[in-house]
Amino acid sequence: MSKYKMNILVCGGTGCKSSASDLLAAALRTELAERGLSGEVQVVVTGCFGFCEQGPVVNVLPDNTFYIKVKPEDAVTIVSEHIIKGRKVQNLLYTDPATQTKVDGSGAIDFNKKQLRIALRNCGFIDPEKIEEAIARDGYAALARVLTESSPEEVIGIIKKSGLRGRGGGGFSTGLKWEITSTVEADQKYVVCNADEGDPGAFMDRSILEGDPHTVIEAMAINGYCTGADKGLVYIRAEYPLAIERLKTAINQAREYGLLGKDILGSGFNFDIELRYGAGAFVCGEETALIHSMEGNRGEPTFKPPFPSEEGYLGKPTNVNNVETYANIPPIILKGADWFSSIGTEKSKGTKVFALAGKVNNVGLVEVPMGTTLREVIFEIGGGIKDGKKFKSVQTGGPSGGCLTEKHLDIPIDYDNLIASGSMMGSGGMIVMDEDDCMVSVAKYYLDFTVEESCGKCSPCRIGNKRLHEILDEITKGNGKPDDLDRLRNLSEVIKDTSLCGLGQSSPNPVLSTLEHFHDEYMAHVVDFKCPAGQCRDLMIYTIDAANCVGCTACARVCPVGAIAGERKEVHSIDQTICIKCGACLEKCKFNAVLVS
Amino acid sequence: MINSKDMNKVKTPDDLKKLREDLQGKIKLRESGGHPESIVQVRVAMATCGIASGAKEVMTFFMEELEKRGIDAMVTQTGCMSYCYAEPTVEVTLPGKSPLVFGFVNNRKADEIIEKYIKNGELVDGIIPVTYHTITEKQQEV
Repeated sequence: MSKYKMNILVCGGTGCKSSASDLLAAALRTELAERGLSGEVQVVVTGCFGFCEQGPVVNVLPDNTFYIKVKPEDAVTIVSEHIIKGRKVQNLLYTDPATQTKVDGSGAIDFNKKQLRIALRNCGFIDPEKIEEAIARDGYAALARVLTESSPEEVIGIIKKSGLRGRGGGGFSTGLKWEITSTVEADQKYVVCNADEGDPGAFMDRSILEGDPHTVIEAMAINGYCTGADKGLVYIRAEYPLAIERLKTAINQAREYGLLGKDILGSGFNFDIELRYGAGAFVCGEETALIHSMEGNRGEPTFKPPFPSEEGYLGKPTNVNNVETYANIPPIILKGADWFSSIGTEKSKGTKVFALAGKVNNVGLVEVPMGTTLREVIFEIGGGIKDGKKFKSVQTGGPSGGCLTEKHLDIPIDYDNLIASGSMMGSGGMIVMDEDDCMVSVAKYYLDFTVEESCGKCSPCRIGNKRLHEILDEITKGNGKPDDLDRLRNLSEVIKDTSLCGLGQSSPNPVLSTLEHFHDEYMAHVVDFKCPAGQCRDLMIYTIDAANCVGCTACARVCPVGAIAGERKEVHSIDQTICIKCGACLEKCKFNAVLVS
Repeated sequence: MINSKDMNKVKTPDDLKKLREDLQGKIKLRESGGHPESIVQVRVAMATCGIASGAKEVMTFFMEELEKRGIDAMVTQTGCMSYCYAEPTVEVTLPGKSPLVFGFVNNRKADEIIEKYIKNGELVDGIIPVTYHTITEKQQEV
């Protein structure tokens, strides 16, 4: 048993650390040592509590008291009052904003739990290669209930009523999709799981397949029962070898247990699943392209209608849903449509998993109820911006989404709000940018991706995106003109209006949203030929400050192209016609004599 | 004669319910302190990203060292725990206690966890507080 009677947990997350939580931990240790309590009370530095705005956060155990905004000098009070006299330090307690009362006990523990895990409920808990662990956590219970207690129409009714919308990006009503597939008459129907996760920075589908493959299998079987399909196909990219391996293991185990195959649970319902591998093309996440790829044809989209629900794989009605969408199905069946629709906003129900990345402290997968604000996700769960820099923008929805700014931070996140602000939900990538990021370069980066991934079938997407990219490239190189901005805007609108599939219809979004929200930054590039964030190399000018230069020759020696001239102990100069703007001189100079503008 | 392939088959919803209760019971037994079957559980987050940052080595270390040091423990893999910034992540459950997640676990940290937390119940730096609700515990209560 532990010799310690009490523990003081001090948050050592990057957010709290930058407000001196490490000094606080040291001060607590010193104070305890001075009072001879080191043997009884232990100070432990932890990871992020997810309440960074109120940091540094301290949690005293076993009485589970939370203190907020604790400064190193508060260490004395905490030890003398709380540890020795057993009296909670009132002025450090969290005040509930709703009731204006101090929260101290275990109730307080909930204040920082912004996340609710529905799709990720088993990820990181069960051994994904043991079906027994999935079953112990209600795996296949929803399938059993559906097969014995409900008609397909009833199940579709539950899904419709729950308000679940497609988590792959489009946000189409899942129940409605199921209903359409179920009502089309056909001798054969298919259930497809879209595991072609293509957005740069999004990895929630991989995590679900790697952490809880049985939930996807179960949900596909439920869909098969509802739509009248006895065959399921998972379209997964070959770049996900571990997810493929775990999925295969899970399918085999489900077959062994009789949860896939003929006459499942004695109900007479047959269902089995096979895998289809994708080669990692972004466009194959689009459902018609995905189906063509599965059929062995080129992964190119075709015009809708007909929708896959009517005419899909091999011309048969096919229900295509994304991994995260499927992962929501079993809990909805078990806990009911009302439970699910009680979470979220008016038109977006349940939760959404975001892959939080970029310049935030706590990079990770985050599952929050719809309606949570971007501020809560970035500054509380995400722990704020790295290195104490200033927040500039957040990009949601990947290459199809847009960049949002400070003024959007308090908008509740849901499908419709994101679209109204010029971005989209997409599959849930969320990339945070700080003051050092150039928004023109960001738009160019996404266009880079789209140009690469355009399948080339329709001209607006194939040629238009290429031209957009060229204009952006010229702007970042200092060759832009003010009327380029109008050309960008017009071309973007044309591509959006005339492209065949979702890829082209949304690919100009990063350009349009940055043009709208960061117009000044574009203007700086095309009028002053300056990059305010200091990212566009070609726009930077390196000069030597005569006042600070001591003539040490360090810069001249490190310059790879010999652009710096000057005698020893004399002021040096940079020949702008030779300079390649690599920044080596800036790094080398010890006297702050190299200036960048 | 029973076909060995059919041994595991769950043929009716009642079979599934029974199997679930059986498995849950086993897990409860494992988790309840004081029972002869109570052992230390170590779960290592082994998604692609965890493995890439060294989770496999850490898992091997736990398996070998716990055995060497004569500690009755069960080391299993699990999926992503979602703390990408702190990989590799490991969850340790001592008998009768709530699970604790540790971040940035390398072999040295693993050694500290075994010596201090698993052997003596003393906390060590690097605990990751739970920052989310999950629906599963509520489901099991019902």
